[in-house]
Amino acid sequence: MNDKNVIICRCEDVSRQDVIDMMKKGFVTVEDLKRQLRIGMGPCQGQNCCELLKQEIARFTGENPENIPMPRQRPLVMGVKLEKIAERAHDED
Amino acid sequence: MKTEILIIGAGISGTSIAYNLAKEGITDIVVVEKGFLTSGSTGRCGAGVRQQWGTKANCIMAKHSIEFFENAEKTLDYDGDIEFKQEGYLILAVTPEEDKAFSENVVLQNDLGIPSVKCNKEEALKIVPHLNPESFISATFCQTDGHLNPFKMTDAFYQKAHKMGVNFLFSEEVESIIKTQDGFLVKTNKREIEAEKVVNAAGGYSHEIGMMVDLDIPTHSEKHEILVTEPVERMQGPMVMSFAKNIYCQQVPHGSFLIGRGDPKQKPSHDMDSSWEFLDEMSKTVMEIMPKVGKLRVVRQWAGLYNLSPDRQPIISAVPEIPGFFVACGFSGHGFMFAPITGLMMTQIITGKETMLDRADYDLHRFKINKTTVKEKSVV
Repeated sequence: MNDKNVIICRCEDVSRQDVIDMMKKGFVTVEDLKRQLRIGMGPCQGQNCCELLKQEIARFTGENPENIPMPRQRPLVMGVKLEKIAERAHDED
Repeated sequence: MKTEILIIGAGISGTSIAYNLAKEGITDIVVVEKGFLTSGSTGRCGAGVRQQWGTKANCIMAKHSIEFFENAEKTLDYDGDIEFKQEGYLILAVTPEEDKAFSENVVLQNDLGIPSVKCNKEEALKIVPHLNPESFISATFCQTDGHLNPFKMTDAFYQKAHKMGVNFLFSEEVESIIKTQDGFLVKTNKREIEAEKVVNAAGGYSHEIGMMVDLDIPTHSEKHEILVTEPVERMQGPMVMSFAKNIYCQQVPHGSFLIGRGDPKQKPSHDMDSSWEFLDEMSKTVMEIMPKVGKLRVVRQWAGLYNLSPDRQPIISAVPEIPGFFVACGFSGHGFMFAPITGLMMTQIITGKETMLDRADYDLHRFKINKTTVKEKSVV
């Protein structure tokens, strides 16, 4: 299968080929690839793509996937509208 | 390992300094970074670039930096897109005091060649129609201010410096610096490096790096928080900013909104945890100023460090009492947008050339000599 058609990050539309090209430039950590390609920055916040990305890095570098550090999880777990957060905050005041 | 110059920090300042030195023919350089490219304050910043400042030193740095960004891709032979856009900054005046101060700022900016203008409420609403007209009294606008992608801009400096022969060491942390007869012995968690000169561009940790050579740099770090929304169709060109309301808010070319602020009650620290208080309070401010933006979903929040100097202006300086030690820090939240000139000035100082800007304005010891340095008030 053509690597251009294998999507690693659905939110930001990043293909396996994009990942391989960037790894060839020397960016072989999840943190670097995230910043270069926006992988994991979309609405799912890496919940779908980061595991796949870890596998790709492991394959490319020969590293054990378990030893590949993952980015820090930050709030929010899912997207919430600013107006809803403000409403709740006002209710609690 | 031996090197002529060791730079601590591969953020925007460290990479810009490395590039500018290499351009002058000095390529025996090692950049030591404890994380990865942009892992400190650069990669956490609000990605805005502006020239609308209240002090001369900040205005001049910003103006020259914008001129660099306009041609940066070509100058650095960068094959990526730095996502530079110049759709302006609209800065809202909320109080009569701000209205008056902003009029004075515009005079200063115009004198220095920065094309900012004062706007009344109607003019401001033409620029950003979804502002709540009740939330401000006037504004200033500068069309050539804008946005730039911090990861890509730093990558552009890094790639170019790397091609010119600069050596970068990532995931490597400086643990101690010992002054020797010919320079410095820098110990990292991986090796010892003998360096003739050391440049401290460690951002949020620059004070701690200074203390390694018993240099008490008058800066401290403070947490500022930021959030990003889902990407949507283009709905806001300029950055909207208010000092009184404590907010900056810009839609980046990718479509997301970046919205951030500091907390006046924040104590000096290196804490970078996200807080729910920020999310609550920021949501309220957005609803007050731009209710339409409130319809968007927040997908992530994070935090970064401002390295604050006493007058909220950069320190780009030699250290007379420690020959060979140089400092580029205290950018007070604006190191990203000043970086092209930071690199140039630092290079001119290191090579003993005449500096393009008055070095007294950026000197480490200005706070001792002149206790009445003008403080920059245009800071969120």
